[in-house]
Amino acid sequence: MAVTKEKPQSVDPAAAFFTPGSDIHDTKAPAGPIEKKWPARQFTAKLVNPANRRKLTVIIVGTGLAGGAAAATLGEAGYNVENFCYQDSPRRAHSIAAQGGINAAKNYRNDNDSVYRLFYDTVKGGDYRARETNVYRLAEVSGNIIDQCVAQGVPFAREYGGLLDTRSFGGVQVQRTFYARGQTGQQLLIGAYQALERQVNAGTVKMHTRHEMVELIVHDGRARGIITRDMVTGEIEPWYADAVVLATGGYGNVFFLSTNAMGCNVTATWRAHRKGAYFANPCFTQIHPTCIPVHGDTQSKLTLMSESLRNDGRIWVPKRAEDCTKDPRQIPESDRDYYLERIYPAFGNLVPRDIASRQAKNMCDEGRGVGPLVTEVTQDGTTQQRRRGVYLDFAEAIGRLGRKAVEAKYGNLFDMYQQITGENPYETPMRIYPAVHYTMGGLWVDYDLESSIPGLYVCGEANFSDHGANRLGASALMQGLADGYFVLPNTINDYLSGGPFEKMSDSTPEVAAALGEAKGRVERLLSVQGSRSVDSFHKELGAIMWEYCGMERTAEGLQIAIGKIRQLREDYWNDVLVTGVNEDFNQALERAGRVADFMELAELMCIDALNRRESCGGHFRRESQTEDGEALRNDDEFAYVAAWEFTGDGQKPILHKEPLVYEFIELKQRSYK
Amino acid sequence: MKITLKVWRQARNASTGAMQSYQLNDVSAEMSFLEMLDMLNEQLTSQGQEPVAFDHDCREGICGMCGVVINGAPHGRYSSPVATTTCQLHMRNFHDGDVIEVEPWRAGAFPIIKDLVVDRSAFDRIIEAGGYISVNTGSAPEAHSTPAPKLQADRAFDAATCIGCGACVAACPNGSGMLFTSAKVTHLANLPQGQPERRRRVKAMIAAHDDNGFGGCQNIGECASVCPKQIPLASIGQLNRDLIAALFHADGRNS
Repeated sequence: MAVTKEKPQSVDPAAAFFTPGSDIHDTKAPAGPIEKKWPARQFTAKLVNPANRRKLTVIIVGTGLAGGAAAATLGEAGYNVENFCYQDSPRRAHSIAAQGGINAAKNYRNDNDSVYRLFYDTVKGGDYRARETNVYRLAEVSGNIIDQCVAQGVPFAREYGGLLDTRSFGGVQVQRTFYARGQTGQQLLIGAYQALERQVNAGTVKMHTRHEMVELIVHDGRARGIITRDMVTGEIEPWYADAVVLATGGYGNVFFLSTNAMGCNVTATWRAHRKGAYFANPCFTQIHPTCIPVHGDTQSKLTLMSESLRNDGRIWVPKRAEDCTKDPRQIPESDRDYYLERIYPAFGNLVPRDIASRQAKNMCDEGRGVGPLVTEVTQDGTTQQRRRGVYLDFAEAIGRLGRKAVEAKYGNLFDMYQQITGENPYETPMRIYPAVHYTMGGLWVDYDLESSIPGLYVCGEANFSDHGANRLGASALMQGLADGYFVLPNTINDYLSGGPFEKMSDSTPEVAAALGEAKGRVERLLSVQGSRSVDSFHKELGAIMWEYCGMERTAEGLQIAIGKIRQLREDYWNDVLVTGVNEDFNQALERAGRVADFMELAELMCIDALNRRESCGGHFRRESQTEDGEALRNDDEFAYVAAWEFTGDGQKPILHKEPLVYEFIELKQRSYK
Repeated sequence: MKITLKVWRQARNASTGAMQSYQLNDVSAEMSFLEMLDMLNEQLTSQGQEPVAFDHDCREGICGMCGVVINGAPHGRYSSPVATTTCQLHMRNFHDGDVIEVEPWRAGAFPIIKDLVVDRSAFDRIIEAGGYISVNTGSAPEAHSTPAPKLQADRAFDAATCIGCGACVAACPNGSGMLFTSAKVTHLANLPQGQPERRRRVKAMIAAHDDNGFGGCQNIGECASVCPKQIPLASIGQLNRDLIAALFHADGRNS
């Protein structure tokens, strides 16, 4: 593979794709010692008298950990909540698929854990691209989350004494991860769902399932409602509120193949972005190293296996490419390359997610991958066949601990692997490959979780705030619930105290305009009547993103990608075939709208990646690496949040920088050797 | 391999449906059942026909959104060596030349929306009636203030793994939702936090179950045999014991 030489910095290729804007700052976090900031904000936030709360309506889009928790909590507080989800029940949100656990600084293990340590680990794990104030608060409320969930009846793992068990996770040195077997996300979500259904019963929350948000209504500079499409009848209708909360998750499905659910999409946040909400750090995506590899062209999604497997499994590929088709059990030790142990003797197989992922890609790029051949289009336009998999071998662990012990620890994961691949991992090594898992980027929010549109709040994975350039394991559940249960309900009142706002109606000009836009898009999609299915476009978009904006990015590649995306978008609007009509349950139409938005987001992701000429966390720029091939951060130029403003179709976005100021933590370069 | 699919097509709730045959020529053993349906839909789309509507989301066997009856068994249970959701059923369990029948859940409480998609909101209404512990955000005591014996906590967990897919209802000759209801009752009844509302909960949930058009339970056991999460049939025993105990106490849904 050709190595691109670093270009002179004087000509920044990204400059052609955006307009520089003014710096922005979070203005809501109070000054003072970090541990005093959240109590101070809670005290200064204006309150809403309990008797006035029922006069105020809040729309919440999404029913995952962040949305479901927020809807339940605001309902309990007495607000009038309208809650929406695209699934048939709020209990299906994709938070449900999280396996490993949830972090909390309880220090139950007496192992020197503290709020400060959780804060420190999260900022460091995020490669110093997260905002200190938000992360500290996250660590501060983490303990309350566990209390709340236990009280709701979440069946966390317990010791024989009846108290909660914890385990270590994601490379940190304390045992602060609470878990419920391999189904922690499911149990936490069901807890939030039950709290939500209790409020539905109480009449404070109205639940609208099978409704997809397709537009945001902004009136008088404030977020005042949304437009939804009823996915059963096709009806496109407006809903009004005094504030709108988006808790719609991440956008990993821009890559087509990811560990996200099939329906996960960017539409809600992208529509808000088009209406003025800044999109922050869109290029920060997390590629998870331990997923089940792609089996062929008909693959629809990827399945993650908990990274706890790396505690005992050893990762290797054959030393010689000609051994890659052999039965791995026939390859002698001397012909195996345990490459993580070789390159990173200190951390070995437990290096952070981004490093484990990139090295797996490097091995396969060298032609030493294993498993079935997958056809790929290379950057020079030719097709090639590559094996995309590395071995995760438990033979040594089974020898050391015995099969029974391995079964007790990982049995459910082994069963899952066998069900999907048909191979028995007790006998033959697992094959794994990295897959897109989580997006750290999202809508820009301040300390109150309010976006750049007044009255529009963003929670959970949908916002950008807490994980910087890389998320630590067991922190997504923590953030979703922190935002939903404890942060938003203490900040949104500051805004709502100014309400109720002017009454809205269908004849309000912005409502009519938003309705027109939403209906117009549907009509446009249905009227193309081209020759290609929505999925075929989505797959092509995913292949472009994976190749050029995946685990390793270059200035040259990203510019190629932008050209390809623009071309694909044009083709899409000229050649897509959406069957059926709007006034029906029409899944092709649902997907068509989502893919159209992914096509727009994809370009912004590439521009953001092109602009960030440094490697940090999950974002690896080939031009920015140390002599021995490790990520090289550039704090002098890029210690900022890139918040992008939409300026119109075909127009250059504006880049606003929020400088990241580290008052309490010293910036350091990560090293895992 | 070549597969012949017979799929239930129904334009909407009010219309009559029928089985329709489709031929797929290029199915691979590695594909999941839903990827095989994706392939059918791509084929239909390219012919300008409407794709088959089916519910699905996580495709990891945990969200509970997918579920169709395959050759007469919910989630294709009788085609798979292990308990499974539809999304985790793989085509290696079928053979070249097979004819596979695909139908929606059929139950009075789950009206058909389109093709293989049904309305399972009745499940939400059962939970809404009392499938929770009433605790407002912020009012929870310290997590370790109430120890929970491990055995009961594990039992609670086994029941809490229910994904609400509805296979139990589809399998039951009476269209009963008792396994689903009892899973939640058992989950919360085995935890100390669930005790204050225990009697009220079971009465309210059973009432909602009956009000929403589910049939009665006769302990046939089809439900547990198809359950992808293997919720034990004994959960229904727990529900019955709790219900009988609750009937002798005043705290109920109207109290």
